[in-house]
Amino acid sequence: MPLIEFADFSFKYLGADSLALRKVNLAIDEGEYVVITGPSGCGKTTLCRAINGLVPQFHRGYIAGNVIVDGKNTRENNVADLAPIAGLVFQQPENQLVTLNVEREIAFGPENLGVEPDEVRRRVEELIDMLDLEHLREKHPHEMSGGEQQRVAIAATLALKPKVLVADEPTSNLDPKSAEAILDLIAELNSRDMTVVLVEHRLDLVSKDASRVVLMDKGCIVADGNPREVLTQDICQEIGVGIPKATQLYKRLSAHGITLDRVPLTGAELAELVQEVSQR
Amino acid sequence: MIILEDVHYAYDGLYTALQGVSLQIDDGERIAIVGSNGAGKTTLVKHLNGLLRPDKGRVILDGVDTKHYSVAELARQIGLVMQNPDHQLFLDSVEREVLFSLENLGYSKEEAKEQCDRTLNNLGLEGFSERSPFTLSGGERKRVALASVLATEPRVLSLDEPTIGQDARQKEKLARMLSDLNEKGKAVIVVTHDIEFVIENFPRTIAMANGRIVADGQTNFVLSNDDVLEMCSLTRPQLTETARHLHAVFPEVPERLTLMDDLEDVVLRVLGGG
Repeated sequence: MPLIEFADFSFKYLGADSLALRKVNLAIDEGEYVVITGPSGCGKTTLCRAINGLVPQFHRGYIAGNVIVDGKNTRENNVADLAPIAGLVFQQPENQLVTLNVEREIAFGPENLGVEPDEVRRRVEELIDMLDLEHLREKHPHEMSGGEQQRVAIAATLALKPKVLVADEPTSNLDPKSAEAILDLIAELNSRDMTVVLVEHRLDLVSKDASRVVLMDKGCIVADGNPREVLTQDICQEIGVGIPKATQLYKRLSAHGITLDRVPLTGAELAELVQEVSQR
Repeated sequence: MIILEDVHYAYDGLYTALQGVSLQIDDGERIAIVGSNGAGKTTLVKHLNGLLRPDKGRVILDGVDTKHYSVAELARQIGLVMQNPDHQLFLDSVEREVLFSLENLGYSKEEAKEQCDRTLNNLGLEGFSERSPFTLSGGERKRVALASVLATEPRVLSLDEPTIGQDARQKEKLARMLSDLNEKGKAVIVVTHDIEFVIENFPRTIAMANGRIVADGQTNFVLSNDDVLEMCSLTRPQLTETARHLHAVFPEVPERLTLMDDLEDVVLRVLGGG
């Protein structure tokens, strides 16, 4: 059974004229790293909200079909029941941080769910260690950089031991170096078997880590598969999704009759493939 | 023309956000300001339209110290789009939001309507005029904030992180609009981490770190300097990165390449010759 399953799921926000999601069918298995992308307003954020029940439990509206997360129907379970399964991280970490220091921030979620104090302490220490937060332990979130805040927000989310980490453009307000560090962290979590659903426009940064890319447009899924297959489809240009430069160059070379053996996602891969062709 | 002369600024006196910034912005220039979070970029652009006033130093607009102008007077000439659209939007429809700034600047009702429609169209917001900004997606709200300032066609337009949450197509539309304004002689200044957007659209780049300017010059030089990238927490542009990898294998590929067309040409040449 997939960890997350959308079955003919449609949703329209109260007061909106059109559907935010239209008959979405999507199954995500444990251990996958799925990048959700598409033009702005295509329904990516709504999809994330539907995974932990914020849609329809908090954001109300017209609903059809079902979302089943770890066997639980999001129509029938409240956000508090779903939060330990799907942990959400948003674009603005400061909107998510609620306490005065890192330890309390990480402890906040599990304490609220009634986890034993010893276990809470154990999780706090484990996450401080794993996410390299020791130097921030006593710091107030407002004294931290955006990248540091986002690390803490991720730690606080992981403290609930979710089965899937859902991150909605977690790096778009960060400088490129901090963004890279957060994305490396997410990739590492995935390599330790955390299922990841990441919304991102900048595919150059994430497609090398992802096992799958889901392309959305106007509330529908329009392509879904391996990054190298999806990103070379013409539909990316048609709906205005930016693909990695290396992949762009691959397509341009194909137009000149030069076919590289594989589809590159990074500059290093491209250079290697060009070298192979030159040696033929 | 705007001149900043040794501008210093500190928030609450706690730390110094600007520590002696000097620069000149000519009419019709296109300038990108890059730097890590907290480098002073936003503080700098807020000095252009008088939202912040220097603790020390001067900001001079056409030979007159801007301390003699109110923010309202400066706003007629210098438009600022803030990073977070929610700090800027306050009306209940997209159209009213854009008309508000136009009518404030003395446009007649008809002129304002026409200009509003044109701007919404150019930014891919046609069909959104009656919607409340608060029912829109983050990327769409960002474009409404842009529209409300772009519509007024200020002489100097400064945009703080305009590409956040924008997909490739919206970025192209924005770039086209900025270049149209630029052709009308308006200066465009953008604060951004999006170096690909800078490379494609801004000939001059100012790099900032710790409240100071650490580099100011032609974009392709500034952004191919590893020390500058390091100081500004930037990563190498993808095309430069690709060029370096190619250079390691094919020494004839120059390390400093910034545009896709150039890289395509050079790869075709390498393969043609090989």
